Amino acid sequence: MYLAKIYVTYKPSILDPQGEVIKSALTRLDYTGISQVSQGKYFEVKLDARDVEAANAEVKSFTDSLLINQNTETYRFDLSIVNEDEAIL
Amino acid sequence: MRAAVIRFPGSNCDFDMLYALQDFGIDAEIISADNNDLNGFDAVFLPGGFAYGDYLRTGAIAKFSPIMAAVIQAANDGKLVVGVCNGFQILTEAGLLPGQLQVNKVPGFICEDVELLIENPNTAFTNAYETESIMIPIAHGEGNYYADDATLAQLEDNHQIVFRYAQNPNGSAHDIAGIMNERGNVFGMMPHPERAVDPVTGNVDGQPFFKSILSEIIAGD
Repeated sequence: MYLAKIYVTYKPSILDPQGEVIKSALTRLDYTGISQVSQGKYFEVKLDARDVEAANAEVKSFTDSLLINQNTETYRFDLSIVNEDEAIL
Repeated sequence: MRAAVIRFPGSNCDFDMLYALQDFGIDAEIISADNNDLNGFDAVFLPGGFAYGDYLRTGAIAKFSPIMAAVIQAANDGKLVVGVCNGFQILTEAGLLPGQLQVNKVPGFICEDVELLIENPNTAFTNAYETESIMIPIAHGEGNYYADDATLAQLEDNHQIVFRYAQNPNGSAHDIAGIMNERGNVFGMMPHPERAVDPVTGNVDGQPFFKSILSEIIAGD
């Protein structure tokens, strides 16, 4: 069994209004050195697959079709082998 | 004319849309998103709300609901497909309209009447308007239209931008409030024309929107 940890972020050119609001709140809290905040999404998905290549292909396929909107988002992921009864995180 | 109003789990403007359509004598009924058949309908309306709780992204889960294959088929058959607010978000997620609706530029839910400029009066959705500017309510937190520069240029060149905001409330690219596909039969807008048809609401600027659709369907018969 595989565990995919998928990190979704905005493409560099995309305005991230929530990140901007968090940045201004941090500045208000006197964290004056902060130059940029970007808010993304994080997913953990357990899946069965024949081998690591098949697991990689499946994660790419469902992330492209559902987890992200390719207009504005991009992603990277890590894949590891886990036991079936191993809890996520 | 028969119209289907699609009810997704979490739709909340389905009855507003039904009421508006029936007000213009249109034989409209609510169809659950669990159905997979829209045969016999001349037009399909995707109403506002929060389909599937807007989980993941607005419209992201809705695009895989059973009814969407039939909605895409209706669009390909040249039938009118109209998405308002959450319906617009679903149409972009499903790829029936280009671009994406993002979180408002200043995050937060905006609920107010806004002035819209009728950018293209020669569409199935605007042909009955005799003015260039109307007031229509908006109610959304994710109405900030985004598309890449090439897509925006294409929308401009093909006159696919139907409504623009007079004062941009949400950061939408090119002040876009409503767009249609190149063929002109699939349309989405963030503002709510179905909330501006009854004089009791104090605003009837949405009436010509429905009159336009009605005349288009009758002309097509």
